[in-house]
This record gives sequence, structure tokens and C-alpha cells, in this order.
Amino acid sequence: MAKDSLIGGSIWEAYSQKVQDLMNNPQNMGQLTEEDAARLGGKLIIADFGAESCGDAVRLYWIVDEATEIIKDAKFKSFGCGTAIASSDTMAELCIGKTVSEAVKITNIDVEKAMRDDVDTPAVPPQKMHCSVMAYDVIKAAAASFKGVDAASFEDDIIVCECARVSLGTIKEVIKINNLKTVEEITNYTKAGAFCKSCIKPGGHEEREYYLVDILRDTRAEMEHDHLLAISNSKIDGTNTVSFEELTVVKKLKEIEAVIDENIRPMLIMDGGNLEILDIKEVEGGAIDVYIRYLGACNGCASSSSGTLFAIEAVLQEKLSKNIRVLPI
Amino acid sequence: MRVYLDNNATTVVDPHVFSEMVPYFCQMYGNPNSLHQFGSESHPALRKAMDQLYTGINANDEDDIVVTSCATESINWVIKGVYFDKIVNGDKNHIIVSEVEHPAVISACKFLEDLGVHITYLPVNSDGVVEARTLRDFITDKTALVSIMWANNETGMIFPIEEIGAICKEKGVLFHTDGVQAIGKIPVDVQKANVDFMSFSAHKFHGPKGVGGLYIRAGQALSPLFHGGEHMGGRRSGTLNVPGIVGMGKAMELAVDNLDFEKNNVQRLRNKLEDAIEQIPETLIIGTKEQRVPNTILVSVKGIEGEAMLWDLNKNGIAASTGSACASEALESNPVMEAIGAEADLAHTALRLSLSRFTTEDEIDYTIEVLKNAVTRLRSISSTYAYAPEWHVSKL
Repeated sequence: MAKDSLIGGSIWEAYSQKVQDLMNNPQNMGQLTEEDAARLGGKLIIADFGAESCGDAVRLYWIVDEATEIIKDAKFKSFGCGTAIASSDTMAELCIGKTVSEAVKITNIDVEKAMRDDVDTPAVPPQKMHCSVMAYDVIKAAAASFKGVDAASFEDDIIVCECARVSLGTIKEVIKINNLKTVEEITNYTKAGAFCKSCIKPGGHEEREYYLVDILRDTRAEMEHDHLLAISNSKIDGTNTVSFEELTVVKKLKEIEAVIDENIRPMLIMDGGNLEILDIKEVEGGAIDVYIRYLGACNGCASSSSGTLFAIEAVLQEKLSKNIRVLPI
Repeated sequence: MRVYLDNNATTVVDPHVFSEMVPYFCQMYGNPNSLHQFGSESHPALRKAMDQLYTGINANDEDDIVVTSCATESINWVIKGVYFDKIVNGDKNHIIVSEVEHPAVISACKFLEDLGVHITYLPVNSDGVVEARTLRDFITDKTALVSIMWANNETGMIFPIEEIGAICKEKGVLFHTDGVQAIGKIPVDVQKANVDFMSFSAHKFHGPKGVGGLYIRAGQALSPLFHGGEHMGGRRSGTLNVPGIVGMGKAMELAVDNLDFEKNNVQRLRNKLEDAIEQIPETLIIGTKEQRVPNTILVSVKGIEGEAMLWDLNKNGIAASTGSACASEALESNPVMEAIGAEADLAHTALRLSLSRFTTEDEIDYTIEVLKNAVTRLRSISSTYAYAPEWHVSKL
């Protein structure tokens, strides 16, 4: 929130002049027929994308030279708002003269950039980027129809945010490298979720296969899993980077048992005593409290609450962590 | 020509209302709670305004009409006040609203839902109206409040408020109605309708923005939303908006005086526009004329997305509205269209035209022409009507 957002602006004020002009007077609006195809010596391709029930739908007509695969003409019909109509129009314009393989590389971001009045000012407000996405999808559908393949074959990665065209792989990588903990951070790093917001969580404008909240949760779980594996495969022996504090409680217990078995128990047993570990508590402020109970001869020995205790604590502190405190029960 | 057909969003201030307000800005500007002439000289106008408000909705002198800043405040006050009085400090835990209430009601209820309150969103029938008998099944001994609008802002459909009020009274449950879209359009009688609370807003009936009211039935407790000085009998603190109250009083008087005009003249123009729209193929108007406030049309125009329609109308100087996808920041389809179970295809094609007593016949004639042209142009662009040879299997 900030000054500009306190009085809601009209989304129309954020349309570039080009978008407005195309809405008023679309240049490539119309249809192409078999007759047009015969006249231009090409093949008529018709592709549909979207649905009225979703708020956006477009039909794209191409006439493609079958030998060169060059798109000789393109026209569209579109159900949608001003942005949808203007971006369909621009998309058709960008197709003309390109080969089908080149056209497939046109993205909604190219379409949006082509509608800018100046290079640095977006042609449409953020929430309307969504309305330009179908311009990209319908090209894929047309190319698939021409080549007789599935539209999905043009996509080499799973796209999570259609508006900003951010892939699943990119998002997971950014979360891991930067240790991101919130969806807002993901949006700041990648722009995913900054536009129509459908990909943030279920219940938005459009149903998605992947949502940022789920990707974040799953990736964090993956990171946690990897971390656990890393520390369980490591030993506190100064040869690795994992500190005692980072270990899980179970792993801490094992480490403490190991140190006690090696350094302390033999001495206690020699005197006819022993000890058992009752609990480990991680206390606020960083201390790790190890609760023990003396057994056998140790139980009641005067030294058990002074000399022996200090010795046990000193060994654990030296071997594992300065934060360990040993508390006899 | 500029034509304003978005009167369910806000209205022009009636010049008579404006002239009544003028002296209370620069001449009689005192705080009415102060002990000096500057303060007390506004009292006669305030008393007159309160009389106009009480008369306008047939409130009893023992009832309270507390002036607020708008209906959104009034609605939040009722819902959160009842939450404190009956749920936090009582043994209730349930509120019933209709699924087509204004966002002020829905959002306040969602907020309480997060705090653990059980909320029932009553379904509407295919005309977009809550049927009173539906309500009866949902009231339990845990129900603290029923909040159902008098008339819907999108469709203009009038709800069976008297029947609902009677059921609430019989069951001993508090009843609030959002009367925003009813005042000035149809007779509003809070006693006959058995309401405990009613919210309203001056700018919807040719009064100024920033002033509204909450009717509270005599003796009904409601914890304040605003704590502070002892304004409005301690029910709502904050220095009185003197020009606003004076304006709202006058606007209420004029609204009630003009109810016959609304029923005859405004309705006649609305019907003229509606009949012309019905001549356009593949249009669907929601709800019957008889069950609707006299000024409103909600129409679905097949093949034309709502914002695209607004664009063409606006280009020709006509102001209308749509709750549909692209016109709002949230990109959502019209919730009322969804609630009434309209075909999914129509959810993004809603257009709302709302007249007022200031709408002229010339304006309606002009609108009919512009609307027809817009439909022709936009359908020529629309994929819904796009050509395809026989071999093409449509995926739209």
C-alpha cells in the first residue's frame, strides 16, 4: 500500500495509447476462409483458445505456405476485454510473415511489449497481463494444428505463472538458492504471481495446475529433507560444516550417547556406577539442557553434583557444543 | 452527450439538497456539541434533518437513527457489534446472510468466520432472490443475527423483507437489512418490516457522499464501533457531520416525495430501455420487472465481455457498470450471475444500467442507439460469433 493505491485508479488510465487505438479499431480483426487460402496459395489453419465462461476466448486464422511454412496472413476474433482484443490483434500482426516455428516463439510478453507507447512503460496494468496470455496459447494451438502435433510439445518446461512466463524449475531453484520463505519473496525475485495472481493459491481468477503456495511448501519440505539427510550423514568431528546445534534432537541424543559411552561411562562403571540420559531440551537463548540420572554407586555420591557433574559437562561442551548444560535429576 | 446510468453506484446530489447544505460550511460551522451560539445555531437544521430521516423510513421516535459515515460503516457496526454482544459476550455463534449481499456484509462475515464464527450464506433462486422459507431452515438457537438486503445492488431484485422480518421476530433472532438500494426506489417502512437494524447511505439517493445511517429499533443494545466523545447519544462518537446530516435529511425527504415519480416515470424510462434491449437477440435480463426496483436492469449480452461493452458505451459518453471479470481489480466474474446459477458463459457478459429521477427520455433514446451499435461492433469482433468451415471442431 502506498499513496498511489489509496484512491483506486481506473485500469483504463493505465492502458497505452496503442492498446486504446487497437481496441477502438483492431487492424487484424476478421476471418480467413478457404477462398482466401486458395487466393494466397496456402493452407487455412484455425485454432481456438479459452472459453467465454473464463472471460477470454480467441479464434486465430492463419494462411500458411505449406512449402516455406511462412504465415502469409493472420486474423482473429476475440471474446474479451479491451486488453484481450488489443493483444489478440497485436499477436496476429506479429505472426504475419514469420514461419510457424518462429511464430511459436512469440510470447505474451512480446505482445505486451509491442503494445507499449514507450519502451519503459507497460502497455497494460499488472492485473491485465493475464488477458494477453491467451494470445500466446492460441499461437501454439495453431502451430500444433499445422504440424499435426500436440500443443504441449512446444513447451519445454512447466509454466507456473503464465503472465510473467516463469517456469516451475526457475521458481524451485530461486527458493533453494535464496532460501526464500514467503510467496511475496518469490514474487519479488521472479515476478511470478505479480500480475493476475491466479498462480499464488487456489481460488483466484483461474484454476492452475501448480500454485506458488504449494511449490513453496513442497520445496521447503524438500530442502528440509535434504538438510536432514546431510546432517544425518555427517559427524561432529570437525571435518564438516554441520554444527551440533543444527542437528535434530534424535541426532543430538545419539551424539551425546556416543561421547558419554566413549569418555564418561567407562570411568563411572569402574567406580560401580552409571548414568542414563532422560531428556534433552532446547532452551530459549540457545542452551541445550541434558537431563541425566545417576545409577548404582553414583547415585548419592557427593561428587555427583559437583566434580563428576562438571567433568561430564566439560567433556560434552568440548566435544559437542559450549551450549550444553548437564542437569542431574 | 453524456448519460449517467450508474445510479446504483452513486447519484448526482440534488441541487435542492446542495443548497440546504451550503450555509453549514462557512457560516454556521460550529460544533453542535459546543456551548455557544456557533454550536447551537445548527441545532434547528439538525433536528429538522432527523425528523426527515425518521419520517422517511417510518421510524418510531423511541427508535434511534444514528448518523454514520456510510452504509459500509453501519453494516460493519451491526455485524461486529452483534459479534461482541451476542457471540463474545453471549452464547451465540452463528450469523446468516445471503450469498448476494454487498461486499461490506460478505467481507465483515468472512472476517468473523476467521475468528471462529459460523456463517451461513443463504442461496438465492434463479431470480437472485432469497426465499423466506429457505431462511427458516437455517435459524438455530445459536443464531445471533440475520442480515439480508432489501434490494440487490446488481439485479435490483426486491427481497421479501417483511416475511423475513416476521420469521426473525418469531424465532427471536436479530434482523439487519442493508437498505441502501431500497431507499428512494421503493417504500421503506422499518416498523412494518420488523427490522431491528437497517443501514443506508445518502449518496445513493441524491444526497452527499460520506454520510449514512443506521436505524436501531427502540431499546436494542449495540456496542459502539467508534468510542470517543458522547456524540449521537454515545452510540457513535465523532463530531457531527452537520452539512452531511442536513443534506441527508433533505435527500431523504425528496426521495420519499419522489417515490411516485420513481414508480411511474423512472420505471417507464427503464422499461423503454429494457424493451429495446430485449429486441436485441441473445440477451438475458435477470428477474421480472415487477419484482425489481424501478431503476435497474442487469442484462447479459451474449458474446460481449462486460468491460468491452463498458468501453464502447464510455466512448460514447454513457456510464454503466459491470461486476464482471476484467472491469474489476479482482478479475472475478459477476458474483450475482454465478449465484443465480446463470450459464457459465454469461458470467462475464453482465451489464448493469441504473437510472435515476434525473434521467431523461432523450438520454434513454440515445443510449438505445449507442447500445445497439456497440452490440453490433463488439459481436463482429467476438469469437462467439466467429466463422469456421465445417471441418473445424470448435474448442470455444
